Parts: sequence; structure tokens; C-alpha cells
Amino acid sequence: MSVLVFAENLQGKFKKSAFEIVSFGAAIAREQQLSLSVVSIGQVPDDELAKLSRYGAAKIIKVQGDAFNGMNVQPFATAIAQVAQAENAKVVVLSASFSGKALAPRLAIKLGAGLAENVIDLPQMSNGFVVKKNAYSGKAYSFVEMLSDVKVISMLPNSYKVMEHAGAGAVTEFTPQLSSADTAMKIRETVRSTDKVALPEAELVVSAGRGMKGPENWGMIEELADVLGAATACSKPVSDAGWRPHSEHVGQTGIAISPNLYIAVGISGAIQHLAGVSASKVIVVVNKDPEAPFFKAADYGIVGDAFEIVPRLLTAAKAFKAGQN
Amino acid sequence: MKILVCISNVPDTTAKINFSPDNKEFVAAGVTFILNPYDEIALSRAVDLAANGGQVTVLNVGDASTEPTIRKALAIGATDAVRVNAQPRDSFFVASQIASYVKNNPYDIILCGRESSDHNGSAVPAMVAEMLNIPCVLFAKSLSVEGNVAVLDCEIEGGKEVVEVPMPFVGGASEGMAEWKIPNMRGIMSARTKPLAVIEPVDVPQLTRHQSYDKPAARSAVKIIAADDAEKLFQIIRDEKKVI
Repeated sequence: MSVLVFAENLQGKFKKSAFEIVSFGAAIAREQQLSLSVVSIGQVPDDELAKLSRYGAAKIIKVQGDAFNGMNVQPFATAIAQVAQAENAKVVVLSASFSGKALAPRLAIKLGAGLAENVIDLPQMSNGFVVKKNAYSGKAYSFVEMLSDVKVISMLPNSYKVMEHAGAGAVTEFTPQLSSADTAMKIRETVRSTDKVALPEAELVVSAGRGMKGPENWGMIEELADVLGAATACSKPVSDAGWRPHSEHVGQTGIAISPNLYIAVGISGAIQHLAGVSASKVIVVVNKDPEAPFFKAADYGIVGDAFEIVPRLLTAAKAFKAGQN
Repeated sequence: MKILVCISNVPDTTAKINFSPDNKEFVAAGVTFILNPYDEIALSRAVDLAANGGQVTVLNVGDASTEPTIRKALAIGATDAVRVNAQPRDSFFVASQIASYVKNNPYDIILCGRESSDHNGSAVPAMVAEMLNIPCVLFAKSLSVEGNVAVLDCEIEGGKEVVEVPMPFVGGASEGMAEWKIPNMRGIMSARTKPLAVIEPVDVPQLTRHQSYDKPAARSAVKIIAADDAEKLFQIIRDEKKVI
């Protein structure tokens, strides 16, 4: 019996969230006295696969083939489900990334398993199996008991610390049996913006709102993000006005994020915005209005005009980064 | 074209969330409930796609208290509505009700919002698709029909995919798929008399059980850094919080 973790890769490299959930899976495996298997799908070099053993993978299972070029949910779900059955997995862990959110429900149905999404901490396993997850868009947590024999969990990125714990890490190959229904969806085109940090998993986020006055002023926000190695985000009015793409909108009806540091410039902090960002570990608010509600939800505040403060932060960020190297 | 739009009734996005003293129950008193914002995007797109003689059915799993939300969906332009008379226990329960309904009443397209804003679940669309063994495109930012296939833009890690799926399929609507529609007076009037069928739920095994809620710990008071000291921000964060 085992814990099975699906380690997602982006063009052959594992994401940090993959190591987070391998560490998380390893902790569950130790507690439940199960072995830890990790499945990787698609083209990943052997030295990259070997990294999984540092975080506790006893067994690394690689699945490759034409059906796995590009993110096509059905063949991925079928492959993971077949690996889970072969490994007699009791707990299957995925990252609550875009693809993880699409895969986990299909896996749960295939395996007759209960599903918990957006889990943020190790389950309580001494009496039953109770997970802690986000609810009401970050305004609350809920505790859910999983009653099924097999359990599928998706884990919110940045919510579990990567922990080194050596595992045997023997690599084996697995060839799944796909049906024609698995390949019903065709990918016509994939557009990657690889130069940018993906928002849901970003550790640092620089976000701006209407205080920027117009899309032409975003250069300094992008530059600050770039220097810090942060993702850029925006408030809802900004994406509604078309100043920035919807994919950057964080908040209750946009993307919920949980970075280590969230810097909000010129965002007043409506409750819907706070809901999507309150899981951030440290929040910095820059706003010229000292009464902006966001200050009440922040760790650090700077009262001042964005056009004066951001250039100074940019200079400071460059110096800070130079000092780190 | 027949389109089914699955809708949920959720607390208004501006609502303050409160729980019972034992933290077991959500307190609905004083909270306005609305049509889940993403479901509304799905509905708006469905109404446009069916504008030339199609049918848009909205389906909700909920008790009678959700009917004002269902009527709102009818006012936006749905043709008819179905309410599965049950408290939505979890995603698996809701998905099972939808899949069971669709098995007996086939649709070309099944649309949901990509997430509900209460439990932030995004599992229902993909579960329904798996139960029906059809494709699901989650996080879909656009949807158009080209002959007998549908073409959708969807968000993926670090980019987007343009995908093509045969019908039927399940779509999860994200921002960008459609503009929200504001019901007009004619829509509101006609919504009162549009058909709303109430059906009983099918039995579903219980795989998860809600135990309790908790609220995040309040942040300690904000520390104001004088504008003149803005340059010190990153040092302060590193020294005090060690996150950078």
C-alpha cells in the first residue's frame, strides 16, 4: 500500500509545488506507514527525475508517450488512476494548480475516492482522516473528514514547506492503457509565456490597482516584479477596464493566491479583493489614502503616492538583490 | 442546440462570513445569496449561443430557498429550470445529481462556473464529465461552436491552450467567456412563468463529511513605514519576516 504523488513538470522541469507535495506525501506516508511513490508524466530528464528522491520518493514511476505532449486531462487522469491501482495507493496527492484542479476530480471518480481540494495543512490522522482546507475564498477554513478507503487530495501551492528526506528513488516505467474516449479532446495550440512567473504558485507577487491611473503606467510595476522575481497581478476594476488581462486578476472572483509576500500598490482593499489574497504570508500596502481599508489587513503600510513610492522601491529592490548576490 | 447550465446559490461576494458558536454551521441569517459569479458568466454565454432557437436549462441542487436565484437565471434568459430538491452535501453529491439528470436528458453542452465562491470547489464540472466519460474543459476563457465541435481557450500553467472538443462536453467558465448580462424588465416578468421542475435526488454514498469551520487568525496591527523610509522596506521584511 502506498501514498501516490503526481509531480507535475513544466517543459521537463519539476515545479516547486511538485517538491512541496512530495514532501507532504512523504509526511503522510510516514504517519500511515505506507510507502511513497511518485508519478511523473511526459518528457523529464533522468537527473530531474532523480530530484524526487531527495524529498522522500521510494519509487519514481515515469509515464511517457505521444498522448502526454501538452496538458490533456483525460489521458493524464487515466494514467494516474492506473498507476494508483498498480501501486495500491490509499492517498493520492496533487497540486491545486490549473491542471491539478482538472485532474483530481476525474481521479476521485475513477478510483471511487473521496476528494478534498485546496488543502493547506497535513491531515489530522490520529482519529479518522481530517483535512483543513480553504473556504469562502480565504475568509474561512473548513475541516472535512474523508470517509472513503482511497482519498484524493489537492494541495494549495505555497502551503507546505519543501523538506528534504532521502528516499530510495528507484525509477520504473509504466505504460497506461488509454481508450479512444481519453483522446476526444484535441489541443489546437499551446501558447506559453515562459518569461513570466505563474501567478497561482508565485512566492512573490506585485499587484496594482486603479491608483495606477492607466495601463500606460504599468511599466514600473512590471519592472519591480521583474527585479524581485515576482509575478504581476491586478485588482478586478483594472482587469474589468481592460488595463490588464483577466488572468492577472486576484481576488474572490479571480485567482486566489498564497504567496510569501504580496505587495499591493494603489489597491483600496475591497472585501472581495482581500478574500483572494488574505492567505499571503506578508502583505505590504502602498496607498496615498491613509484610510484605505487595505491597511487594516496589511503587515506593512506605506502612505504615499504610487508614482513617488514605486520608483523608490525599485531602486531599493535593485540594491537589495545586488546585496544578496 | 441544448445547453445545460449548472448554477449554485452562494453568499454575496461582499458578505461577512459567520459561523454558529460551535463553528459547525454557516450562519445564513442576514446574508444575501446570489447566483455564483462564474455560473453567471456560463449562463450569459449559453444564452448567446442558444439565441437562434436553442434551449438553455439551468439546474440547481438546493432546497426551496434557492428559487430566487433560479428565477434570476431565468430572467437572464434561460428557457427553463430544474431544481434537485436536496442540500448540496459535497461536490460528489452535486456532480452525481447532475450526471444522473443528464443521462436521462441529453444536452449538447453542459456548462458550469469554473469554481463556486463558497467552498471554492472546482470539482463538479470535471466529476460530471468523468461520470459521463466525456471531455471537460476547465478555466475556459472563450467558447465558440464550429459545426459539430466546440473550440475553447483555456488557462494552463504559464499560458493558454486552444482546444477542440466533440459534443457533448462539460465546460467550466472563467472570466472573459462572456460579459455579465443584466436582466431587463421583460426578462424579469417572463421569468415568473417559465417552467421550474422540482425533482428528487438520487442516492449517493457519502465520501466526505464536513466537520467544522475556523477563521484565519487576525493579522497583527499594520506597521506603517514612513514614505521617506520606503527604501528600507525589503530589509525590514527580511529581518522581521524572513520571507525574502
